[in-house]
Amino acid sequence: MSVFRHSALANNPVWAQLLGLCPLLAVSSSVVNALGLALASTLVLLGANGSIALVRHRIPAFARLPCFVLIIATFTTLAMLLMQAFAFELYLRIALFIQIIVTNCMILGRAEAFASRQPVIPALKDAAGTAAGFALALLALGATRELIASGGLFAGMDTLFGPTAASWQLSLIDGGLLLAALPPGAFIIAGLLLAAGQALAGRPAGARRPTTEQTEPIKQTEQTTDTDPAA
Amino acid sequence: MAELAFILIGALLVNNFVLAQFLGLCPFIGASGQYDTAAAMGLATTFVLTLAAASSWIIHQFVLLPLDLTYLRIIAFIVVIAGTVQLTELYLKSTSPLLHQVLGIYLPLITSNCAVLGVTLLALQQSLTFVETLVFAVGAALGFTLVMVLFAAIRERLMHARIPAPFAGAPITLITAGILSLAFMGFAGFGS
Repeated sequence: MSVFRHSALANNPVWAQLLGLCPLLAVSSSVVNALGLALASTLVLLGANGSIALVRHRIPAFARLPCFVLIIATFTTLAMLLMQAFAFELYLRIALFIQIIVTNCMILGRAEAFASRQPVIPALKDAAGTAAGFALALLALGATRELIASGGLFAGMDTLFGPTAASWQLSLIDGGLLLAALPPGAFIIAGLLLAAGQALAGRPAGARRPTTEQTEPIKQTEQTTDTDPAA
Repeated sequence: MAELAFILIGALLVNNFVLAQFLGLCPFIGASGQYDTAAAMGLATTFVLTLAAASSWIIHQFVLLPLDLTYLRIIAFIVVIAGTVQLTELYLKSTSPLLHQVLGIYLPLITSNCAVLGVTLLALQQSLTFVETLVFAVGAALGFTLVMVLFAAIRERLMHARIPAPFAGAPITLITAGILSLAFMGFAGFGS
């Protein structure tokens, strides 16, 4: 599980590496959009990492990047077709960013840094961890933006989970600040969340007195989990 | 002619690719630390984006549509984009070593710039003609360059500012981009 935790938290694609920002900011205007993209990215990450690890000995080193990109493009096409079949209404809203998963540097980065050197099982764990970390960031930003923009949460969940989910919608505050749903709001709220994470991570770091070197990585994951409640 | 002007202004300012559509954020955040780098990146992207959009349009119109293979468009376009980048690099290397030296290191990065794929897919979605696609691509690329250069200039000033510790690094960059995006919202409703 350590591979999973490392990829999801300490080495989180969003707040530790600032990768995958385009879809993160574009699709996080509501929880359901965020969830749709998170699911599609998970499928692509698992498929691409798994199959690259499977064929890693057969790919010649000089042609590895084009091969990786083609494999990722195949799984992106698969995710696109699956979404068209099972969640068409949601697909229409985030179609561009589902197709653009192929150019997400997060996925190519994992393929190059991890899957091309490791057997299938660790590669799948790494993919699951990266996907979970990405989903966490997407949902945190999506929930914050939806809450500020409309005063509620989980609107339109029926486009992903079927008609029963229409009643999941929560209305917490009357009215909201439209800015959060618009592009500037995405940048500003993402910046504020990152700053909050840095502030929370900075406090224990200031008071930290490391006794052994071994506590270091554990401390790091604890700090990064601190950013989630803030979000 | 007026139609083409609207497409150009629309892609350049109103629906700016970086600040309104969130495309090409990786180079926008990653390569905008310095003014010169940003300008070079913008130029290289303009070049590749226009070429890639034109060749993708041709591939879509004359290969994918007749063979009824449009569901393979992502795979086809990513190959076209990677090929365009490779050809551009070879061409620059042999004809203009100076330009190659300036733009060389940015060219491979453009393959994973989602603005390039985004322009092709958006042009397709709006079923633009070949000339319209070209104008749309040029507008998008110039908009990208404009924002890159503006943002790099702001970031050079920010380097000398005293930023509170929690905001140092990525947060202040994102918030600055947000304020710039707010300014670009002033163009909304312009022409369209």
